[in-house]
Amino acid sequence: MNPVAFDYHRAASVEEAIALLAEHGDTAKLIAGGHSLLPIMKLRLAEPAHLIDISRIAGLRGVRAEGDALRIGALTTHRDLTRDPVVLAKAPLLAETAGRVGDPQVRNRGTLGGALAHADSAADEPAAIVALRGTLVATGPNGSRQIAADDFFVDFLTTTLDPGEVLTEIVVPARAARSGASYQKLANQASGYAVVGVAAVVTLDDAGRCADASVAITGAAATVHRAAATEAALRGSVPDADTIAKAAAQATEGLLALDDLSGSAAYRLRVTQGLARRAIEAAVARANDA
Amino acid sequence: MSLPVSVTVNGTVRQADVEPRTLLVQFIRDGLGLTGTHVGCETSQCGACTVLLDGQAVKSCTVLAVQADGCEVTTIEGLAPRGTLHPVQQAFWEEYGVQCGYCTPGMVLSTVALLADNPDPSEAEIRHGLEGNICRCTGYQNIVASVRTAARLVAEGAEPVAVG
Repeated sequence: MNPVAFDYHRAASVEEAIALLAEHGDTAKLIAGGHSLLPIMKLRLAEPAHLIDISRIAGLRGVRAEGDALRIGALTTHRDLTRDPVVLAKAPLLAETAGRVGDPQVRNRGTLGGALAHADSAADEPAAIVALRGTLVATGPNGSRQIAADDFFVDFLTTTLDPGEVLTEIVVPARAARSGASYQKLANQASGYAVVGVAAVVTLDDAGRCADASVAITGAAATVHRAAATEAALRGSVPDADTIAKAAAQATEGLLALDDLSGSAAYRLRVTQGLARRAIEAAVARANDA
Repeated sequence: MSLPVSVTVNGTVRQADVEPRTLLVQFIRDGLGLTGTHVGCETSQCGACTVLLDGQAVKSCTVLAVQADGCEVTTIEGLAPRGTLHPVQQAFWEEYGVQCGYCTPGMVLSTVALLADNPDPSEAEIRHGLEGNICRCTGYQNIVASVRTAARLVAEGAEPVAVG
């Protein structure tokens, strides 16, 4: 099972990739690990005439701490994220979430930037990046711009990335003191994709009240969904079991649930509320231990 | 369009001109005749086509041959010298971790990669570590036992053993 024939270009730099995108326009696709793109090319759901391989561009892989932020190269693999000491110490939610992607072989090849730019509705890492209030750096012919994660995901396989841009870097804040996070997922047993996945980050104040909460849901809808009502219910509260249960029940507010072979809309709504409760409980427990 | 690629497969440099859409598994099986790497689902789910690419387990149905240019590939044929078994193969033999055998090359290579990361995995870690490989005979109990025995053999410093 092969894709339709295409021309292959190996970009040695971001500038070269941008120039190739400008030259070939919408007949070109970028490829990194290829674990989102090649499967849909084999199914002939995508038939690019040109593949621009960015996987060997130096400097786009790896994680560095800069002030209170982590700067993650777009080519950093899911496996890298599960093992990187900076990620484990300062953004453990990202390591936990990356560890739930696919299976070991997929995590060895697939990249964070690829997963985010592809924007599969059931991908895991969009939930973590939105919950962490990350920023995506896109580089195009006119230089680089920053896109808040909340503004990046638009719809099924659709982001605000311009066709001529390359996603080069992902920036997430380092975890705050007395904060905890968790990613809870119900995986489709065949594909490993999230039927529903919920990422939660909770920060407590000195009195043990919830100073901040950020909850994002993937898999349930066409694109990642911020559970704003849940966050509002948690902020300022003492996050005990009852408060968490009531807040989690609001996670489906404004959520247009998918209804497909992976699960009916009613099922997804129920699962979303349950996983939101578990994710917030685990995040609070970790914040209390921090 | 045809592009030259050079891939070190089982220690030998192999060069060919390939169409960009050629999959690594096709380069290995059809180009080099190394048919120990199996093709199952072709949709990066079953893991039958697992090989080591620069030491890491990958599904060779979802890697382009041009992406492997300049890399090192280990297939099941390259794990141990001809006529001998690698300790992981020996463990699958001893524990009967094989039924029809279709998934076995992928299972063995995933096990080699798993043990390189985690030399003494628990049962849960073994099952998690082999999530990318499906056995449709459902012979998982013996496969897990094989991995535990493989971990012991590798820890004891086992060398490849002669077959027969």
